[in-house]
Amino acid sequence: MDAVTEQTQDPRDDAAVGDEGIVEELLVEEVSIDGMCGVY
Amino acid sequence: MIAPFDAAQRYRLSPQVALRPEPFGALVYHFGNRRLCFLKVPELVDIVRGLGAHSSARDAVSGLPEKRRNAFLRALASLAAAEVIVPDVTGSAGQP
Amino acid sequence: MTPAPGALSAGRPRERVPPLVEQFKGGLAAPICLTWEWTYACNLSCVHCLSSSGRRDPLELSTAEIMAVVDELAAMQVFYVNVGGGEPTVRPDFWELLDYAVANRVGVKFSTNGLRIDREGARRLARTGYVDVQVSLDGATREVNDAVRGRGSFDMALRAMRNLADAGFGEFKISVVLTRHNVAQLDDFAALADRLGAVLRITRLRPSGRGADVWESLHPTAQQQREVYLWLLGHGERVLTGDSFFHLNALGETPLPGLNLCGAGRVVCLIDPVGDVYACPFAIHEAILAGNVRSLGGFAGVWRDSPLFARLRIPAAGGACASCPAFSACQGGCMAAKFFTGLPLDGPDPECVRGHGEAALSLASRLEPPRPGKDHSHRGRAVTLGMPSLRVPAKPCDSSPLAAAR
Repeated sequence: MDAVTEQTQDPRDDAAVGDEGIVEELLVEEVSIDGMCGVY
Repeated sequence: MIAPFDAAQRYRLSPQVALRPEPFGALVYHFGNRRLCFLKVPELVDIVRGLGAHSSARDAVSGLPEKRRNAFLRALASLAAAEVIVPDVTGSAGQP
Repeated sequence: MTPAPGALSAGRPRERVPPLVEQFKGGLAAPICLTWEWTYACNLSCVHCLSSSGRRDPLELSTAEIMAVVDELAAMQVFYVNVGGGEPTVRPDFWELLDYAVANRVGVKFSTNGLRIDREGARRLARTGYVDVQVSLDGATREVNDAVRGRGSFDMALRAMRNLADAGFGEFKISVVLTRHNVAQLDDFAALADRLGAVLRITRLRPSGRGADVWESLHPTAQQQREVYLWLLGHGERVLTGDSFFHLNALGETPLPGLNLCGAGRVVCLIDPVGDVYACPFAIHEAILAGNVRSLGGFAGVWRDSPLFARLRIPAAGGACASCPAFSACQGGCMAAKFFTGLPLDGPDPECVRGHGEAALSLASRLEPPRPGKDHSHRGRAVTLGMPSLRVPAKPCDSSPLAAAR
């Protein structure tokens, strides 16, 4: 089985400055399937 | 191994992915690589679901205001990197 | 996650995408994942068992009832279930239920002490898709492990792990509950995982179930908590935590990986062997029972309509912690840890890294810690592994989980 992947830091996810100098916001966020407290 | 995102390519939702709508967007889980992604706006959910019906990713976002398209293409690129969306080489439309 | 302030044209409205964490606090349409204990029966008697397991409960869900809940989870698109117990493989229908879940696209990770992971079991698992295995181990040496889990348990776990590795299972999990006596073995655990091609997972000890009896002597010291935080930062890429150490985020600027919030009743929950639904597996107590899957609305109805869950999904003010500068990092810690040490839920965690929990615990006025009404612990001597003949059932519901299958 593949390892559970940790949260990525894909540089393409970073908020980037758009054409009009506005900081765009993340529309996708990734969370580890093991990253939720309350599951032993 | 995973081809870099190409906005001129047609994409579709991977068959190994479960997409679960939520009030504010959707949760997307890839059963193969076990990655969990959160689509944070409903418009992105619609675009992801409708990808296969467009000839390219760029075409899929063309209905958005121009100033939003880059952010959505960046979102699609991150989903492609996670293999949530995959190149649709068959050219067959129809999203689940 | 919160966007940095950027250059804005005057008068242009901002399209605001709330941080993920804020959206999760209000609860989701279905759990993302949940813990499901399939039996209270267990061949072991670990001293810190969060579910006080040992003896099967006479009212445990039947094969058909478990399958019906699987059907519900599939319809709700719960992505995966952490199956535990007790020892889930003790159920004679374990393999059948496992196959049923994965066939219905409900991913399963199951926690085990290794009981049924012989060579054939390991091979069977290696060929089954959408299954992950988590073997419990609380010491990198036999001495440290068996002091908590019982004589023979270390050997049984290692045998299971070797069988999984030999069968080509891939990256199974080794899950360690951190205690005062195994913090010093973190590097050894990591090396063991590497040797076996496994992934190390370390989780927090809570004063739940039998854990309440040993918490004072077993929970890590304040100094050890600092060591753990630093160690996790150094090994974060390769070690999982189930987000169970978010209370340690107050120790530094760098948050540990994970959502960093209590998921109970909002993102996760527990289904116990008799179908009772709780906010999380560390919160088994009748006062915080959300409902039962046997009721008219099934599990979905409980998740959706339980008054307890509705209360948890209302954003809570920080209470006594709100004025603490660390609050945004630690979120006030673990609800279950507070509940079972008798601390108020809107105050500090008993292991608050700033010492507020210790101060609260020393107050004479605090409540007597609640004890759950349900206790399925083995009676009399601790069970010795591999010797079922020593156990003479006094009542049918005490029957050994190792007795002949029905």
